[in-house]
Amino acid sequence: MDQGYVHNVVRLFEVTKVFKLGSNLVEALKGIDFAIKTGEYLSIMGPSGSGKSTLFNMIGALDKPTTGKVFIDEVDVAQLDAYELAWLRCRKIGYIFQTFNLIQVMTAIENVTLPMIFAGMHREEYMDKGMELLKLVGLAERYNHKPSELSGGQQQRVAVARALANDPAIILADEPTGNLDLSTGEEIINLLKQLSVQRNVTIISATHDIKMLNVSDRVVWIRDGRIDRVEERDKLKISVGEVA
Amino acid sequence: MADSVRRQVVLPWGQVIKISFNSIKVRLFRSLVTTMTLALAIAFVSYTWSGYEILNAMWPNIDASLQDRIIAGGYEQFEGTFGTSAKDRWLVILSLLVCVVGIVNAQLMAVTERFREIGTFKCLGALDSFVVRIFVVEAVYQGLFGGFAGSLLGLVVSTLTLALKFGWPVFIHWPLAGMLLTLVGATLLAVFLSLTGVIYPALVAARMEPAVALRTEQ
Ligand SMILES: Nc1ncnc2c1ncn2[C@@H]1O[C@H](COP(=O)(O)OP(=O)(O)O)[C@@H](O)[C@H]1O
Ligand SMILES: [Mg+2]
Repeated sequence: MDQGYVHNVVRLFEVTKVFKLGSNLVEALKGIDFAIKTGEYLSIMGPSGSGKSTLFNMIGALDKPTTGKVFIDEVDVAQLDAYELAWLRCRKIGYIFQTFNLIQVMTAIENVTLPMIFAGMHREEYMDKGMELLKLVGLAERYNHKPSELSGGQQQRVAVARALANDPAIILADEPTGNLDLSTGEEIINLLKQLSVQRNVTIISATHDIKMLNVSDRVVWIRDGRIDRVEERDKLKISVGEVA
Repeated sequence: MADSVRRQVVLPWGQVIKISFNSIKVRLFRSLVTTMTLALAIAFVSYTWSGYEILNAMWPNIDASLQDRIIAGGYEQFEGTFGTSAKDRWLVILSLLVCVVGIVNAQLMAVTERFREIGTFKCLGALDSFVVRIFVVEAVYQGLFGGFAGSLLGLVVSTLTLALKFGWPVFIHWPLAGMLLTLVGATLLAVFLSLTGVIYPALVAARMEPAVALRTEQ
């Protein structure tokens, strides 16, 4: 492996995370080391409670590791000040959650345009782009609906549109299909794959959805807060083939 | 780098005003609970203030027998004007204290319910100050509305009760300017109380790591 050729968009160095629950200490991550290349579609697989969401929060700079370092574009996240961190979350990373996390009091278009408002865009600019993104996910005619008036799949599509608002280099998804039925889940997966291929966006998705395996370039299996094994796409096809 | 970054994460005041207004409108019942606490306390303050305002305005213009009835009614003069006695002042301060505690409590609950929303805002690139600004503007709306409604209520009630006791002279000598001042003063007091109540919960919420805010159940 020649590290010099491919740019590491995310790199984790001995990341651990310990939660305090009363007097108990929960070791959610026990030393994670790995790098993610630009344009890669990476799945983080593992059973419930294995530490996927905790890892998601570390990669996305949504929480601080107890020890270790997280680098995004080779910049140590811990060194960023509040403005730089906000800028990173606003412009560099798009987040997708299992529970969608749309702002309930805002309409679809307001949800999608919020990151662009933070990015300092003008009204015509962000309204145009917002509608374009809603069109991309097939929800243009629902732009004025509140999340409570949309189905789960539709809400997740709004969330995907919102994640794309500022053309992020990375899309981070935490079980994006976890609350969706099979076919809607597949639609979201295909949408993500399409983005990764057409726009060279790096997709990092925590999941325990086997459908994700088919589209992933690489799969990191984690178990009990540690990396169990890492599988490249070619090998994956063989092992999935064997199962089928 | 820092300077160019600063310019790129923004939330204009126009947007803050719009977002806050919308947020109150959608959660009308929730906001009304906070607003009612405020309105009731302010109604009491305005009732007290406007009562003395009316008495002072009519006193020089009424005959001795009515003046005797006012004194007999238990209203006390200090150096020629009606004003708050020590007892009244304590009642007002106590009611305001109860009000602040009530508002802090209501705002704490309202902010706690919105941890997820706050976490989401921060994931999308909001600075802590955006979150604080939104809550502060919401508190100003609530203060203005609750304060105006409360002081109007207090003013009407004090006018009517005095009119019942002392008749027409209350309306004839009704001090328009003084009453307007009372209305404005009591409303401003409400805005101040509302801000006092919201500032602590808003700061706590704004400083949370997004992951922590997002983990909370709704
Ligand atoms: N904020 C927290 N406080 C305490 N324990 C936590 C917290 N977040 C996660 N954990 C614990 O860390 C472990 C990993 O959780 P998580 O990352 O959510 O797993 P997954 O997403 O793979 O289901 C679990 O044992 C969970 O209970
Ligand atoms: Mg999880």
